[in-house]
Amino acid sequence: MAISGVLRPGFVQIRVLDMAESIIHYRDRIGLEMVGTEADGRVYLKAYDEFDRHSIVLRECDEAGLDMMAFKVSSETYLDEYEEKLRGQGFDVTAIAAGEQPGVGRRISFMAPTGHRFDLYVEMELSDNGPMTNNPDVSQLDPRGMKALRFDHCLLYGGDIDGTKKVFEDILGFSTSEVVVDDDTGMIIALFLTCSNKAHDLALVRHEEDGKLHHVSFLVEDWTSLRDAADIMTRYDISRDIGPTRHGITRGQTIYFFDPSGNRNEVFSGGYAYYPDNPLRVWQASSVGKAIFYYERELNDRFMTVVT
Amino acid sequence: MMNKRFQISIQGSDKIVTCREDESLLSSLARYGQKEVPAGCRQGGCGVCKIRVLKGEFETGKMSIKHVSATEKDMNFTLACKTFPKSDMVITVNIKGDRKWQ
Repeated sequence: MAISGVLRPGFVQIRVLDMAESIIHYRDRIGLEMVGTEADGRVYLKAYDEFDRHSIVLRECDEAGLDMMAFKVSSETYLDEYEEKLRGQGFDVTAIAAGEQPGVGRRISFMAPTGHRFDLYVEMELSDNGPMTNNPDVSQLDPRGMKALRFDHCLLYGGDIDGTKKVFEDILGFSTSEVVVDDDTGMIIALFLTCSNKAHDLALVRHEEDGKLHHVSFLVEDWTSLRDAADIMTRYDISRDIGPTRHGITRGQTIYFFDPSGNRNEVFSGGYAYYPDNPLRVWQASSVGKAIFYYERELNDRFMTVVT
Repeated sequence: MMNKRFQISIQGSDKIVTCREDESLLSSLARYGQKEVPAGCRQGGCGVCKIRVLKGEFETGKMSIKHVSATEKDMNFTLACKTFPKSDMVITVNIKGDRKWQ
C-alpha cells in the first residue's frame, strides 16, 4: 500500500521551564538546527535530515510536558475527510489558521480520549537546510551533537488508550503493530501505532493520569551513533534514564534521557519495517520487561512513573 | 576554594548525608546510595523526588508548578533534584504527593 492520508509525525510542541538551557540541549547536544524564535517566544528547530521547515517547537512555561503532537497529511481532501469523521464521532474539532506557526498551513486540532491534543495539517514550507536533492551528499550541514536525523515518534501516557486507538485506527487509518496485554484479562496496557513503514509512529501506555508525555524520540543512524550519544550525555552531565539498550517491541535500539525540564527524550535506531498486512505482535504483561528493555529484561523504576 | 558542606538528615531515619552547596540534595543522597527519595528526571519536571524541608535554609532551581505549587513552595515543599542547601537541613520524604513509588 502506498502511503497516503496521514504521512508521518510532523512536529511536536514541548513545554520547557527554561528556554536558554533548552536551546543548548536541543541544538547543541541533540544536534537540531535552530530555525527561529518568534515574537511569542516559541523557538522552532529541525533535524538535519528533514525537508520541512521545523519539527520541534519549544514553548517556555512553568510546567513541563506536551502541548500537542502534529501529523502531516498528504492532501486537503484527506484533511477534510478526517475533520468530517472526527466531528461525526462527536469530537470537538478546532480550526487553526495558517501561519499560527510560521510556514505551516491550516491545521485541524482535536483532543484524543487520553487527553492529548493532536493537530493535522497538509502544508509546511520546505527548509533551505534540508537534505540535498541534486547529486545529494549525505548531508548539507555538518551533523552536530548526537546527530539526530529526524523527529521520529512519541510515547504518550493516558487513561483511555482504547479510545485513542480507535480514533487513530478507524478515522486516521493507522495500524497497530504491537500490544502489551494483561495475561489474565487481555486488557491492553500498551500499544504501538503506525501510519507508515515504521514499527511505530505513536505509542500509548495506560496510565491513571491523562495527557502525559513519556518521551519524544529522535532517529539516529545506527548502534554506533547511540554509543556516541551516550558519550555526549556523560560529557555534558545530561540526566540519563536507561541505555544504550534494545527494545523487544519494535526491536529498536535506544537511550532514554531527560531534557533540562525533565521531559524524556530518546535517541533511537533500527526497528523492523512494518507492512499493514503484518500480523499483530502480542506481549503478555508477564514478559513486559523484555518487551521494553530487551537486555535488562525488567522495567526500571522510572518507566511507569516518570512522565511530564 | 572548597565548597561549603552541610549535613542533611531525613526525619525518622538515622542517616545523615553531607551535601555541598553546589550540589542538589538528590545527587548527594544518591552518592550515599540511599533510595528513600526516588530519582526521576532529575530536572524539576516529573515531581517524583518531592520532599518537605522541616528545618534549614535552601535555594531552588526551576521546578514544574504542577508538582510544587506556589502555596506548597511557601510550605517548604520542594523537589530534591532542584534543592541546594544553604545550611544544615532536616527533610521529610513520607509526604502525600502526586508521585508513586510503591
